[in-house]
Amino acid sequence: MGEAAIEVRGLRKSYGDLEAVKGIDLLVAEGEVFALLGPNGAGKTTTVEILEGFRGRTSGDVSVLGHDPAKARAEFRARIGIVLQSTGVDPYLTVRETVELYGGYYPNPRPADEVIEVVGLAEKRDTRVVKLSGGQQRRLDVAIALAGDPELLFLDEPTTGFDPGARRNAWEIVRNLAALRKTVFLTTHYMDEAQSLANRVAVISRGVILAEGPPSTLGDRHLAETIVRFRLPQGLAGVPEWGQVATSDGTLEVRSADPTRTLHEITGWALERNVRLEALDVSRPSLEDVYLDLTGEFAGPGGRE
Amino acid sequence: MSGLAQALRQVRFTNKAFWRNPASAFFTFAFPLMFLVIFTTLFGNDEIQVVGGATVSVSTFYVAAISAFSVISACYTNIAISVSFQRDAGILKRTRGTPLPPCAYLFGRVVHSVIIALILVAICAAFGVLFYEADVPTRTLPAFVATLLVGASCFSALGLAITAVIPNADASPAIVNASILPILFLSDIFIPFEDPPAWVDVVGKVFPVRHFSDAMQAAYFAPTGSGFRGVDLLVMAAWGIGGLVVAARFFSWEPRK
Repeated sequence: MGEAAIEVRGLRKSYGDLEAVKGIDLLVAEGEVFALLGPNGAGKTTTVEILEGFRGRTSGDVSVLGHDPAKARAEFRARIGIVLQSTGVDPYLTVRETVELYGGYYPNPRPADEVIEVVGLAEKRDTRVVKLSGGQQRRLDVAIALAGDPELLFLDEPTTGFDPGARRNAWEIVRNLAALRKTVFLTTHYMDEAQSLANRVAVISRGVILAEGPPSTLGDRHLAETIVRFRLPQGLAGVPEWGQVATSDGTLEVRSADPTRTLHEITGWALERNVRLEALDVSRPSLEDVYLDLTGEFAGPGGRE
Repeated sequence: MSGLAQALRQVRFTNKAFWRNPASAFFTFAFPLMFLVIFTTLFGNDEIQVVGGATVSVSTFYVAAISAFSVISACYTNIAISVSFQRDAGILKRTRGTPLPPCAYLFGRVVHSVIIALILVAICAAFGVLFYEADVPTRTLPAFVATLLVGASCFSALGLAITAVIPNADASPAIVNASILPILFLSDIFIPFEDPPAWVDVVGKVFPVRHFSDAMQAAYFAPTGSGFRGVDLLVMAAWGIGGLVVAARFFSWEPRK
């Protein structure tokens, strides 16, 4: 891990009586792709806009590239790139002109054509913005954010409203950014997006960070028991005891902290007895399970309080 | 790049985008000229004594009055509406997230409008020479240029200021027109009052529009002297500074919710 690009301690933000962010800590290393994952209204956009310097904070310490974003101006802004949720550029300029316009605001812009290439809009470079599709406009947003060659890039829900193909393309772009050694701070409410892009994920809900870590170990997922599921022919006698529990549809579930051994025992027995294990499945809790469990989204409206 | 170079670059891009919307560009220019042709046709035959002492035909008067209207339309109306739309579209917020000094952005926007205003005034002057016996000012040229610059600055500042009370882009044309059209009718732009009712006179004295119209008439037609109307220019300057103060305090870069 390199130096900290973003350091947040005890960040709070209230709008009147409503406390949108309730004292969160974040640490994002240089060169890392960090995802702030949470449902709508969790405080993601408030947090990212405080980091970007668009919004003040009620209390807490915030350092982004060594600056306090609430006070910093041009020097700070020259080092960051921002992709906002809502798009907005002049509809009558072409893609290249738009990237040149915004690149010109920065001290060391990247060549416009190069940036346009990175986001895959090379064929549209002389097309006016008004004629781009929604997905292409979103890519232009990323191109504009890259135009000044920033060290740190903020992406606020970069793929919301995309079709699956467009999402894959957007992910490819973010991976390209990571390859360019940019630090990326993205917010999303898609688990798969966080899982496939981020080195580290923080789950936020109702203004509180519920869990934080690499996607593979988030919420102690790696420590959770593995579940082996299978079905046996009806009326089979002499089935050993592995701790199996029958579910309503007759599937047997075995929870194990040592899945290698458990699986070996079950399959060894099955081979010896020449029994076919129908619908054999070995699984660990998915990030989605962890996320839903953490954010309490299964608890219905209002979640778990 | 310096702030000024940035602002000029901003003017270049704004200008480029403006001309790429031919329908918008055409009506930006056609609108004030339509008023010039309509009013001169309807009321143009009488004679009138204008500010500065000259007696001219009403159609000649309209060359100066509609020049002032062109500046108000290109600066106040145009800036207020376009800035409201750019704010709603998120363009202002995006720009705010870059190192560009905010003043450079707004300065670029204002300079673009002033250029449009000056082109309109030039067209009015050409119409004046060709059809309405209004010679281009020569002896009073310094007063003419000063009046245009003070007027353009004043109404640009007010255009930025009014965006503070415009809740969203959809409401902007209604609010902007409601705030300016009645004053235009009461301030010797569309209708030259020789002996206005007292309350109309008060409206004219309070708001900057009649001061602009008066200053333009003097700068255009004054038979003697420099054509400068110091008090009118000062009142406009005061409104302009007031507009800047309001804009500096209440201007919003983000869409209002």
